[in-house]
Amino acid sequence: MLNAVVLIAMSMLGIALMLSAWRLFRGPDATDRILALDTLYINAAAVIVLYGVRIGRPDFFEAALLIALLGFVSTMALAKFLLRGDIIE
Amino acid sequence: MIAALLDLLTALLLFFGAVFALIGSIGLVRMPDIYTRLHGPTKVTTLGVGSILLGSMLFFSVRDGLSLHELLVSVFLFLTAPVSAHLLARAALHRRCRSEAPVPEDE
Repeated sequence: MLNAVVLIAMSMLGIALMLSAWRLFRGPDATDRILALDTLYINAAAVIVLYGVRIGRPDFFEAALLIALLGFVSTMALAKFLLRGDIIE
Repeated sequence: MIAALLDLLTALLLFFGAVFALIGSIGLVRMPDIYTRLHGPTKVTTLGVGSILLGSMLFFSVRDGLSLHELLVSVFLFLTAPVSAHLLARAALHRRCRSEAPVPEDE
């Protein structure tokens, strides 16, 4: 049962990834694109965690942790660039 | 008995998280302006990915002893989601993005 549920959850997250990619291409403003990128990487981290559950290996969470850390830093940098026109002042 | 129950709980948590991630992304596509669009992805982060990580934690704890390191990811995401949403809202205000909300009438 768990295997089927993981497959269903992974396909739902795949649809979620496609929806946020659509927003990433569509825009209309740069802030929308950054928000879509933020959603995209969080969904990707969730897919990686689910894949770890599916094949039963606990070490996939480190990849998710790395994605979460780097994604937060990049979102911060992009938003800061939009706010100030510069990242490190 | 207990094992089957824990299995069911894991499946429920994973399914719940995926449903919330899907709903948040639909909100990201369907909402009319940037200020309402900020609403969806924060739910994806806290409820969606939070319960998926909880489910994965339960799965590995049942299988090979207590494992709590997924908690690290969820605590980090819970701390950073409001910060990035706040910064994006400020960036949108700074760039003078239009809100689709109706203007209140004069008294």
